Amino acid sequence: MTTELITFDRVDKRFADTVVLDDLSFTVRAGERVTLIGPSGSGKTTILRMLMTLTRPDSGTITLAGEPLFHERRGDTLVAAGERHLRTMRRHTTMVFQQYNLFPNMRVLRNVTEAPVHVLGLEKEEAEERARGLLDMVGLAGKLDAYPSQLSGGQQQRVAIARALAMRPDVLLLDEVTSALDPELAAEVLDVLRDVARTFDVTMLCVTHAMKFARDVSDRVLMFNEGRIIESAPPDELFDAPKQERTRQFLRSVIDES
Amino acid sequence: MSTGLWLRLLDGLLVTLELTLFGAVLGLVFAFAAGLARLSANRLVRGVALAYTEGFRGLPALVVLFWLVFALPGLGFQLEPLFAGVLALSLNIGAYGAEVVRGAVLSVPAAQLEAATALNFTPWQRMRLVVLPQAVVAMVPPFGNLLVELLKATALVSLVFLQDLTFQGQIVRAATGDTAATFAGLLVGYGVIALVLTRLVKLVERRAAASLGRTTTSSGPHVGPLVTEGAR
Repeated sequence: MTTELITFDRVDKRFADTVVLDDLSFTVRAGERVTLIGPSGSGKTTILRMLMTLTRPDSGTITLAGEPLFHERRGDTLVAAGERHLRTMRRHTTMVFQQYNLFPNMRVLRNVTEAPVHVLGLEKEEAEERARGLLDMVGLAGKLDAYPSQLSGGQQQRVAIARALAMRPDVLLLDEVTSALDPELAAEVLDVLRDVARTFDVTMLCVTHAMKFARDVSDRVLMFNEGRIIESAPPDELFDAPKQERTRQFLRSVIDES
Repeated sequence: MSTGLWLRLLDGLLVTLELTLFGAVLGLVFAFAAGLARLSANRLVRGVALAYTEGFRGLPALVVLFWLVFALPGLGFQLEPLFAGVLALSLNIGAYGAEVVRGAVLSVPAAQLEAATALNFTPWQRMRLVVLPQAVVAMVPPFGNLLVELLKATALVSLVFLQDLTFQGQIVRAATGDTAATFAGLLVGYGVIALVLTRLVKLVERRAAASLGRTTTSSGPHVGPLVTEGAR
């Protein structure tokens, strides 16, 4: 048995005339922390959105936990997956978004308990206990009754992280989770994520421009350019001795900016 | 003016309020059914809802009412007059309300649906737990406008001999011969009811805003006949 949890096999994606993913293949092992870097428009976010079933590939196969993500077996043939199959596959994965996307009609505690109750079938008390523990971990034990609109961006993002972890996912997808935040608020979110990386046995795919964070938590960094991975290495190697000129150029521009 | 005439006006007022209340309730049912159906993945469902909203927005409520009261009995269906009035009014207002529902649902950011998908909610859970509670907040102000439209449209039923406020006003006018005072009284009467309804809607609006943790509400999409604060 392989320990590959995620496999992209020759995945293509175009939006109109733009090639977003170009014959892309890569794998992620269970428990691995992988950071995706590269210029905007290079396809990083699309990869996370595909794993979350929010975007379908044009061609190629994505395999998650041994099952094709967008295909299901009907008899001997593989057909396009229906909602039922997608729901089964989504049990493995959850995602934290750049804009937090908390539910504004629910208080903090209910944002975190709603899916465990309605999707996982937990009793309300059990879901609340789980949620309190997670909200305590992200430093928001005092905000259980607040509405998202009453929180800072950093606080909202920490709730979003707690909400995602409450689903006990195998794979946590982090899509530029600090890009909408001031440096100070971004730092508090990154601290929480360092904590998560230390304490949770979860596979993480992280799109970020926070290079120090990437260096601290990842096992491997993938450098994207124009829908392809042009370099893949452990963080120390990729950041200190990048092999590709395009990677050096990109890292210089990111460092200049910060 | 005699006590008997005052009592007539009171009876008329009750009929008008009944028509408004029942018309609003049934209108809401039509509005949600048609508004959500217009967003259905099923083409047939979408088509039926589109035919209803486009059809009834184009038909004068008065002609629909005449049809229900005077033509339908010829086909063997005799409706209770009050019900015929409520049905005609709610079919009309429901068609406008359907656009409000559709617009409000579409105004909920796609990112909310994506977040709900990422938590593995079913499509119906996404609608029920995430989209509708937010959409309803956006629906309240335009629904308030439609409610006042509905109130004003109830006066049409006097033409099919339902004894609403306008009908009883005509009786009072005939009895007293004072046309100017009677119609002035009616105008004030409808105005006061409209004012009360608008106040009530404001309260609901504030409650709705509070359900999103806000102290004020941004108004939702305005669809259908508009009665703005300034014009009233």
